[in-house]
Amino acid sequence: MTTQSTPQVSAQAPAQIPALQPPSAMLAELTYRCPLACPYCSNPLQMGGRETEMPTDAWKDIFTQAAALGILHVHMSGGEPASRRDLRELVAHCASLGLYTNLITSGVGLTKASFAELAAAGLDHVQLSIQDAEAKSADWIGGYEGGFAKKLEVAHWVAEEGLPLTINAVIHRANVARAADMVDFAVRLGARRIEIAHTQYYGWALRNRSHLMPTRAQSEKAYAEVEERRERYKGQIVIDHVAPDYHAKFPKACMSGWGRMSMNVTPQGKVLPCHAAETIPGLEFWNAREKSLADIWTNSPGFNAYRGDDWMQEPCRSCERKTVDFGGCRCQAMALVGDAAACDPICSKSPRHDLIAEIAARDSAEEVAGFTPRRIERAREKSPV
Amino acid sequence: MTVEELAPESRPHLLRGVKLKNDQVRKTWVLLAPERYLRLNAISVDILQRCDGAAALSTIVDDLAEKYSADRTMIERDVRSLLNSLLEKRMLGL
Repeated sequence: MTTQSTPQVSAQAPAQIPALQPPSAMLAELTYRCPLACPYCSNPLQMGGRETEMPTDAWKDIFTQAAALGILHVHMSGGEPASRRDLRELVAHCASLGLYTNLITSGVGLTKASFAELAAAGLDHVQLSIQDAEAKSADWIGGYEGGFAKKLEVAHWVAEEGLPLTINAVIHRANVARAADMVDFAVRLGARRIEIAHTQYYGWALRNRSHLMPTRAQSEKAYAEVEERRERYKGQIVIDHVAPDYHAKFPKACMSGWGRMSMNVTPQGKVLPCHAAETIPGLEFWNAREKSLADIWTNSPGFNAYRGDDWMQEPCRSCERKTVDFGGCRCQAMALVGDAAACDPICSKSPRHDLIAEIAARDSAEEVAGFTPRRIERAREKSPV
Repeated sequence: MTVEELAPESRPHLLRGVKLKNDQVRKTWVLLAPERYLRLNAISVDILQRCDGAAALSTIVDDLAEKYSADRTMIERDVRSLLNSLLEKRMLGL
């Protein structure tokens, strides 16, 4: 594996793909280790432990190639990226390459001193998760006593360093009543940005769907309350609002299109179009420890599988929205209707759209309790859905 | 916290975590910000390169009007439009 110059992407791409652009973002999942156990985690159900993780030098080489390939943002994530002892070194390496470094963290595992080191190393931005707007519920959801208090501390350090802060809150049945409170809370923390993400059902969230799904009425109320904050806090905080899929009319433009703008590197070096891509059987994904990032971006069969629109079926193929939402999400089509090339059934034009209302009604009717906490050691248990 | 408003004496600057970058791969200037980037045209680059926290808005407008030999009112409208959009996106400080 060597450093690559800018690839001649359009020349090598299959004919049906109009001018492949360089990727702009990399989600670098440095580790799957995490002290929290959020039941909606987007990580896969089967996760490799520390012994399977790439060493520092392999990550540095990947980041060097990423910069040459046109990646602008590196999102250091996990698991909990602060679980890696070489985090400071990786941030410093990215900063030296002119990559914009974003730390996506639970806050747990950071200390005041280690955070100051990250800031000094050139960290550009922090995205801090919160599980709820109140401590007791937040700690219960994350499965980590004292986690909420720790997050307040981390938010304070970020403000002291003068770094921009984004709060990320995943909304589900156990906190849906306080979605808008979380926006208020983020404003008090001095965040410039908040992501209110209604749960997307992949990975652990799919397994725990019947414990997480709010009712349509709850979803709609939360959505409206958050939207109302937009005007109120204009110029103070930017709200990025990820709509609740199962209560939507059209699907999301998942990843802004499969293999169009971003790539995801697993702790083991596998390069994917998104974190759920491996749930689609039969796709071949390549590993950055064996192939160059440029080669993977341009030529890996897994990336090329759903680029362009040749793979599309009806109603997507002739739909005027196909360049808006790209047929929705491939992983969701796979998980819900068993065909990754089908129209995402979230779409009201999908022949299987009725299924969504059925699932949403059924899953939102059950009690909140007993979800499977996200754990590496529980990875080999039963399958989802 | 109150929402800031542009005045002739304001000294605009990009907030920490918001950076201009000359992107060698795309052959264009971009503005990097938390979890997004904006492609910039030449005039936007000229404006933002002058937002150093020292120069007042009125000075920036004068400077650009001279550089482009253009009407000051028109330049001021362009500058305010860009800076207001960045203020709203929490990318700019005054």
